[in-house]
Amino acid sequence: MLGLTRKDTILFLIVIAMVICAPVLLNPFPSNSALAQFNAGYPDLMQRFLIFGIFAIGFNILFGLTGYLSFGHAAFLGAGSYAGVWMFKLLSMNVLPAILVSILVAGVFSVLIGFVSLRRSGIYFSILTLAFAQMSYALAYSVLTPITNGETGLQLSLNDPRILDGVAAADGSLPVANFFGVEMRDSLDVALGGWSFTFNAGYYLCAVFMILAFYIAIRIFRSPFGMMLRAVKSNQQRMSYTGLNPRPYTLAAFVISGMFAGLAGGLMVAMDPLAGAERMQWTRSGEVVLMTILGGMGTLIGPVLGAGLIKYLENILSKINDNVLHQWFSFMPDGLENVIVTLIHPFVGKGWHLTLGLMFMAVVIFLPGGLVQGGQKIAALLRRKKADPNTVKQPAE
Amino acid sequence: MSKSNFTRRGLMKTGAATGAGLAMPTIFTGAVWSAAHSGFTNAPQGDTVTFGFNVPQTGAYADEGLDELRAFELAVEHLNGQGDGGMLQTFSEKNLDGTGLLGKRVTFVSGDTQTNSDAARASARSMIEKDGAIMISGGSSSGVAIAVQGLCQDAGVIFMAGLTHSNDTTGKDRRANGFRHFFNTEMSGRALAPILEANYGKDRKAYHLTADYTWGWSQEKSMRTYTEALGWETVNTVLTPVGAGDFSSYITPVAQSGADVLVLNHYGGDMVNSLTQAVQFGLRSLQANGKDFTIVVPLYSELMARGAGANIKGIFGSQNWDWKIENVLGDRYTGTNAFVQSFGTKYGFPPSQAAQTCYAQAILYADAVTRAGSFNPCAVAEALEGFEFNGLGNGPTLYRAEDHQCFKDVVVVKGKENPENEFDLVEIVDITPRDTATYPVDHPDFQGGSLGTCNPGA
Repeated sequence: MLGLTRKDTILFLIVIAMVICAPVLLNPFPSNSALAQFNAGYPDLMQRFLIFGIFAIGFNILFGLTGYLSFGHAAFLGAGSYAGVWMFKLLSMNVLPAILVSILVAGVFSVLIGFVSLRRSGIYFSILTLAFAQMSYALAYSVLTPITNGETGLQLSLNDPRILDGVAAADGSLPVANFFGVEMRDSLDVALGGWSFTFNAGYYLCAVFMILAFYIAIRIFRSPFGMMLRAVKSNQQRMSYTGLNPRPYTLAAFVISGMFAGLAGGLMVAMDPLAGAERMQWTRSGEVVLMTILGGMGTLIGPVLGAGLIKYLENILSKINDNVLHQWFSFMPDGLENVIVTLIHPFVGKGWHLTLGLMFMAVVIFLPGGLVQGGQKIAALLRRKKADPNTVKQPAE
Repeated sequence: MSKSNFTRRGLMKTGAATGAGLAMPTIFTGAVWSAAHSGFTNAPQGDTVTFGFNVPQTGAYADEGLDELRAFELAVEHLNGQGDGGMLQTFSEKNLDGTGLLGKRVTFVSGDTQTNSDAARASARSMIEKDGAIMISGGSSSGVAIAVQGLCQDAGVIFMAGLTHSNDTTGKDRRANGFRHFFNTEMSGRALAPILEANYGKDRKAYHLTADYTWGWSQEKSMRTYTEALGWETVNTVLTPVGAGDFSSYITPVAQSGADVLVLNHYGGDMVNSLTQAVQFGLRSLQANGKDFTIVVPLYSELMARGAGANIKGIFGSQNWDWKIENVLGDRYTGTNAFVQSFGTKYGFPPSQAAQTCYAQAILYADAVTRAGSFNPCAVAEALEGFEFNGLGNGPTLYRAEDHQCFKDVVVVKGKENPENEFDLVEIVDITPRDTATYPVDHPDFQGGSLGTCNPGA
């Protein structure tokens, strides 16, 4: 289907199904039960899953295929965000032009950075991209304040021109980001017994873009172009000796992944029209590297899983404070309760980074292929029980 | 090769399943759900109502944020009838009787803004979408407060601003769903000018170091307006990044600039660092233009004084409130001692002004709900607009309807020379009465925005 092999088609269909059903799948616990704490099916977080999924998919096209480790991808995310907000301010509150311009601006920006950075490879390339990204962050934070509004963040205001939308609403409230009239914040709430599910318009817009991005990634992975990128990774020298110039390929991969990051930035502001300089900081660049490695670099689905896991931990684990812990363990005798709460305390709430760090170490040591490798190992175990080990096929990737 | 087997049974099965699937949503839009929709976002269900407290727990303003959270917890206790009732006893309205709100017990969720607009909005969104918060309060940075206020306006919940001092919060960026109890830089300027004139005279050269975001810009502008009106000259203004940690490179040029006053438009951890470094570099023992070099910190707090230690002695600034105010200036500031008493009993030290403003905001919101008889944000906003009250520690106070800003006395303070204990670091110098602190609605520094109309959301 759509030029995909049977295996890829199945994977693609599974991803589509998961994305469509996510509002239900991510809310497995009734809304007034104690476990509702772990529900992730609210629009803000689901949108983040998809947006950072796109970001990581794009990053993986560069890092997973060519092996070039960029530490500056957040710069494209930020550039895309600022471009998106400016489109909202100048042109129209329709998200489509904002997202398209975000992709374009991030693309142009990545041509510039990529052209310079790709003259080096390995650690030098990483440092160059990191330097560019930190430079962009510093510019956005203080020097370019008229364009970026610095620390306060670029926001909509009532006196923006918005050429296509005409005069602002008469009641003086700020206009809302929409897709040809469908407001991004519109949600349909469905209560089913103790459960409640939220189907959000903005989420499904992100879903469309994420599925599109995923499809493009599959096609790139399976194309001759993808093969060339893998050749860059496996042995660049040999590639040059056969008369191929690797630089156009790496630059193309860099720009494509920069545009994916721009798309993610554009979607972020479409969901919540504010862009802050922190989006360009190196921690954000590091985050996407973590996502990709955690999920499984060079695999199709890995980066999406990694992005989901990190965003889930960030939003759910960080909300578990001491009060919540005391509630959970209130059935225990007082002394024991306090001991257990003290033991868990460093790993939740503000300390969620510690949990993430431990998890990352475990994955890198025991599953260098990331979560995807973990899944394959489990699948192989199950299959071995059923069938003759000789028939086990080598998994793709 | 694909093989398709259409059997009658298969077709019927698929058809039935599809039909059931399509009909599903209509079943669930029945009675249960329609009751949940009462015309506004997060209408409380069951016997509890949830407040969302969004404060910085990490970053440059974390000290203030944690104190705000303590105050919120205390307010929730008092609303539910636990503890000694605090300022509920002295509050001029007597609607809150410790039985929760409109028969519902008050619960709360908290989030970390990280002193960062992006993170603050994400945290506020998750409180509104996931936890069903009916109002959001907190924020220790004007950038964050403005960003979250905009979000609450869009989502249709009330935002009770915590510690935010920029003019823009109730000026250019004011919103119909947002309310501010704290004072602003215009009021600080009005309060400080006469004190600065009396102590330092009319012929001074000022050097400004300013936190590079909305509050810093606003503070610098107000200070320049009022000091230049005195006849002071502004030598230079330098913007510094928030959370910089090390300000030495910004402070070194001050001594050679020809200035004789350093105005530190910094707050929280930044102010502690920049003031400490300025003192270490010997600025205060310097002579410039034949006068003693001096430092001014327009926005002061007890927490910062504690952080800066001896360096803050004799330095002037302004405050929204101080925990000693009722003891020093008497009954006009009733409520102060009741609040200090219950805060001190629970936590073992007196509250900061950040804690007081957040406590007051939670109580004011709760009172407005009871007076309105509804959690509907528009009804609550109407109850708060033009509301005149007393007994929350600041003396008689008005919530002005036109810009949702509170007007009350402003406290001018200075670092105490001989503190009696570790909490007695700030000395009240003067009070600027409410009438002097009040500025007209059409003040030029507050233009460029409008409240818009109240948004109840869903």
